[in-house]
Amino acid sequence: MNINITLLAQIIAFVILVWLVSKYLWTPLSALMEARRQKIADGLSASERGKHELKLAQERSAEILRETKEKANDIVAQANARANQVLEDARVNAKVEAERIVAQASAEIDREVNRAKEVLRTQVSAIAVTGAERILKREVTIKDHEAALADLIAHI
Amino acid sequence: MSTETAGGSSVEYIQHHLANLSVGQGFWQLNIDTLIFSFLLGALILFVAMKIGQNLRTETPGRFQNAVEGVLEFVDNQVKDSFGGKAPALIAPLALTILIWVWLMNFMDLIPIDLLPAIAHGLGISHLKIVPTTDLNTPLAMALVVFVLTIYYNIKVKGFGGYLKMFLFHPFGKFFVPINVVMTLIEELAKPISLGLRLFGNMFAGELVFMLIALLTLGATLSASLLIWFPLQVVLDLAWLIFHILVISLQAFIFMVLTIVYLGMAHIDADSH
Repeated sequence: MNINITLLAQIIAFVILVWLVSKYLWTPLSALMEARRQKIADGLSASERGKHELKLAQERSAEILRETKEKANDIVAQANARANQVLEDARVNAKVEAERIVAQASAEIDREVNRAKEVLRTQVSAIAVTGAERILKREVTIKDHEAALADLIAHI
Repeated sequence: MSTETAGGSSVEYIQHHLANLSVGQGFWQLNIDTLIFSFLLGALILFVAMKIGQNLRTETPGRFQNAVEGVLEFVDNQVKDSFGGKAPALIAPLALTILIWVWLMNFMDLIPIDLLPAIAHGLGISHLKIVPTTDLNTPLAMALVVFVLTIYYNIKVKGFGGYLKMFLFHPFGKFFVPINVVMTLIEELAKPISLGLRLFGNMFAGELVFMLIALLTLGATLSASLLIWFPLQVVLDLAWLIFHILVISLQAFIFMVLTIVYLGMAHIDADSH
């Protein structure tokens, strides 16, 4: 309980202990804790940045999706228009073709009728000339004949 | 006659417990038990520090590393609160050492008071005082180191002139220089003395109470009737033990905080003081 040389010994012991604790406990451990603090701060800021980037990417993806939808709609509309166009063209073509065929057929018919009429006319005039010769009993001259024939043809 | 014997043995018992295992006489007396136990506890701190240091992990600290980190952070916060974040590198390790070492030395007080001395007696050692902080030399040694550091930082921060000015013109201004010198001298000297004596006094008194409780049934070998006090002794001992857990932690904490505060005051400029 008296102050004695133990005091000096304890002072030396205390100083050495402080030095050792500082060297082997405080310095490594506080360096480690500082490193961890830094790491956590970095991680937090990185996550913040990641969040921000995610938001941007989401906006961008939404934008792209919208553009794509618009494009797709355009393409579908164009395709529909084209299909209608093709259908219309086909319909018009078919109509024209049909009319052409009908016109051709009716022209053919006319031509046939005319030819038949022509043949008929020639034959009828021949029969008429023959009939007339028989009635007149004489040869009709070429001139008469031709005149009569023309007359007849004009009448028929 | 028997009471005299009992009283005599009580005094003997207490005196025996208050004597250190020592060599040398007078000033040159060296308290070996104080040194051994404080060295052992210091070695324990270093052993644990090495053990943790071997596998420090930043990512996944073990439970023990976590606990030590908690203590370290607690001390660091105390230092930062006092210094405002610009403490010299020495302060925090010093405070940590004080906290752990003083707490461990105080903790020796919780070991049953007769256990280790009895074992030592069996080994032929006559005296053993196992609580280093109940030896005035230990608290005073730490207080003196803190005192020297206070002077060192005072001179470092304020300059020798500034430190001298603090003695001359504080607290009453320049017209009361002699009074100022005496006042400041007392104020400065009171710091280490009160710092050391506070710890010593608390631990000494605590140990003395443990001794008194132990005395209740001390004479049982003489008269078995004293054993009637045994239940009371158990209850008292337990109560004081639980209370003492608080005391040893509080004293260690106070010693650390006052160290930080004194060193922090040394860093405040004289003008703003």
